[in-house]
Amino acid sequence: MAYSDKVIEHAENPRNVGTLNKDDDSVGTGLVGAPACGDVMRLQIKVGENGVIEDAKFKTFGCGSAIASSSLATEWIKGKSIDEAEAIKNSDIVAELNLPPVKIHCSVLAEDAIKSAIADYRAKQAAKKAVTEGAK
Amino acid sequence: MALSFPIFMDYHSTTPVDPRVLEAMLPYFTQKFGNAASRNHAYGWVAEEAVDHARERIAKLVGAQSEKEIVFTSGATESNNLALKGVAEFYKDKGNHIITTVLEHKAVLDTCKRLEAEGFRVTYLPVAKDGRVDPDDVKKAITDQTILVSVMFANNEIGTVQPLAEIGKITREKGVLLHTDAVQGLGKVPFDAQAMNVDLASITAHKMYGPKGVGALFVRRSKPRVRLVAQMDGGGHERGNRSGTLNVPGIVGFGKAAQIMSEEGEADSAKILALRERLHKKITGSLDEVHLNGSVRDRLPGNLNLSFSFVEGEAMMMAIKDVAVSSGSACTSASLEPSYVLRALGVGDELAHSSIRFGLGRFNTEEEVDFVANLVIDKVQKLRDMSPLYEMFKEGIDLNSVQWTAH
Repeated sequence: MAYSDKVIEHAENPRNVGTLNKDDDSVGTGLVGAPACGDVMRLQIKVGENGVIEDAKFKTFGCGSAIASSSLATEWIKGKSIDEAEAIKNSDIVAELNLPPVKIHCSVLAEDAIKSAIADYRAKQAAKKAVTEGAK
Repeated sequence: MALSFPIFMDYHSTTPVDPRVLEAMLPYFTQKFGNAASRNHAYGWVAEEAVDHARERIAKLVGAQSEKEIVFTSGATESNNLALKGVAEFYKDKGNHIITTVLEHKAVLDTCKRLEAEGFRVTYLPVAKDGRVDPDDVKKAITDQTILVSVMFANNEIGTVQPLAEIGKITREKGVLLHTDAVQGLGKVPFDAQAMNVDLASITAHKMYGPKGVGALFVRRSKPRVRLVAQMDGGGHERGNRSGTLNVPGIVGFGKAAQIMSEEGEADSAKILALRERLHKKITGSLDEVHLNGSVRDRLPGNLNLSFSFVEGEAMMMAIKDVAVSSGSACTSASLEPSYVLRALGVGDELAHSSIRFGLGRFNTEEEVDFVANLVIDKVQKLRDMSPLYEMFKEGIDLNSVQWTAH
């Protein structure tokens, strides 16, 4: 399979590889995919008081296109509000990385990972709010 | 010696032509270009003589009783098709049952599928965790309708060598024909069609340092005499078994490659086995969670099929692009399904996705092995640092207990 230069670049020099503290209230974690399918992505966001994503980290088990898709996703969402990040479509990733049809699922997974991380963050915030309100 | 990149460690897919083979072939392109079927002039005689000489050399390597038992084809896919379809068609009045294994090459499996569509019944025998077929299973599967058993000699992905001699005893006793796809093992591990009671064997030149596009089918001519229905109509070449002008330069190269294998195969295999052991030891000495797929004992000397847990095979191949290997990962196939061979062994899908096949051969060196081992160790560590699964594993999380979102 021939890769686009951008996929190779991201796979060889992935951005934002790492781990954020998943127990931190301001951190949302998305874990998508399955080992049996050959790809698992974990994408984490750290959201500031103003709702802007201050930091993003990922770890991916998967092919070069999966690694590139998640690397690109973290690059894109950093500095965006969570609403803006949520609007990122897998087709944007496909276009940017020039993914062939057989690799489109990698971009779908990256989109899912972003949404899943945001959902986790929101759930944490909602739970926190419920606790504080319950204490009133 | 300076290394040249990418280092070739994919000798199961194909092999380079040995320079001695090329040298033997060259005159047959330009000066001695005759058609081996031309019976009335010197060009034809020279070509025919060269073909006969090659036939003898190949017969010797296979363990045939006579050079007449070698039928030239375009390669092993054609040989497998000719063996299975040719036997099925000829013996269909005797029975309609064929036995094979789940581990066969597609050239056998898909031919069997075609025969099933035409009304034949095919039994696909399972294999043990090491990839071996139990000869007892063969025995139990044989019915009075069985005409043919087809079991590969050695597997192309995991290198497992089948107990062919034991199976041959059973098929001979039961009066059933035995075909083997001997492409991967011939010349590398001891093979003798006569002693093993093999009745048909598919072989090809390009897996043993000969050219691509030429193969042969060994067809036993006595005790029993095997009959085939030709699958190619035409001039009746190869005793009516396979029409088509013979690929004389290719056959000459095949013959030379066979002669070299007969003389040097054993020493070659010993050298290659030592290299494989070196590679295996170095890798497992530095990395945890590396699993050997296939048999430890009954294995092609050049085959090392490893699963690197928590690392996906295609990403791995991309990371080690200085070495040419192959992977059982789904991502390397058009179907997005992981290797059916690894699945048949009961290797889980996640480990199948993580498999890399190193195929060593005649021209690999210790220097190359050391380079590849270091490269693999370095890249697996990098990819594991990037793998959420490895992090979870290190935290002691049982990955099987996680609710994954299959997609």
